[in-house]
Amino acid sequence: MKRIFTVFALLTGLLLSYALYQALIVAPTEKTMGDVQRIFYYHVPSAWTAFLLFTINFVASVVYLIRRSSAADALAVVSAEVGVVFCTVVLVTGPLWARPVWGIWWTWDVRLTSTLVLWLIYVSYLMLRRFSASGETPVLAAALAIFGALDVPLVYFSIWIFRTQHPQPVIGGGGSIDPRMWHVLLINWAAFLCFALLICWSRYRLEVLKREVEEMQALEALLQPRGSR
Amino acid sequence: MNFLYAAYAATWIIHISYLATLLLRYRRLRKQIEELRRSQ
Repeated sequence: MKRIFTVFALLTGLLLSYALYQALIVAPTEKTMGDVQRIFYYHVPSAWTAFLLFTINFVASVVYLIRRSSAADALAVVSAEVGVVFCTVVLVTGPLWARPVWGIWWTWDVRLTSTLVLWLIYVSYLMLRRFSASGETPVLAAALAIFGALDVPLVYFSIWIFRTQHPQPVIGGGGSIDPRMWHVLLINWAAFLCFALLICWSRYRLEVLKREVEEMQALEALLQPRGSR
Repeated sequence: MNFLYAAYAATWIIHISYLATLLLRYRRLRKQIEELRRSQ
């Protein structure tokens, strides 16, 4: 398993380097925005990866509520945490693109605000998991995750539903994109998906190990003679 | 061009910082496992 992980990590590193080369060198320069448009190759794949991870969190939370499976609960924590990391990238790269193109860092537009709300929901989910010591925490967190997942389609479809300053979506948005840009975008998404999978894999192993240690510590506390407690 | 480099750099700073926290948490767990082994 360790060898598979190492090989996968190396391949992901190579793919990320190739994707970076494609984004900076191979992709054509956009006529009106110029080079700053290349932020798109990091911003959009990060957003899609975050949406996918929050969807995994939703499915894992539903499975946990039905079956009370510890593995599903661990997967829910992992996907939420890595999803927040990718959503942070979206919220940081977005304003860095907006400043030279729109002339402002931020506007309280529906797409931007709903993305910020999505990030806040999952940060509160992680804080609940981190600071609540109640035995019911996984159940409460799963309920919050289901509530939070409702914001994912709202973020994605907000461009169709509301009038917004944000550019139209790449998929099914009516706008057109150069096939070479599509190619580079898909390579970058594949690279970020592999990277997300790699981080989730490490984080899942860490979560399982942490739970085992906590169980051992609880067992040890129970087995200690009364006087030494 | 500066905004482009800032965005790419920020992306990798965020990811590398997260990977560093994972490494720290992993080290802390290894320490706890060692302590548990010693106490047994």
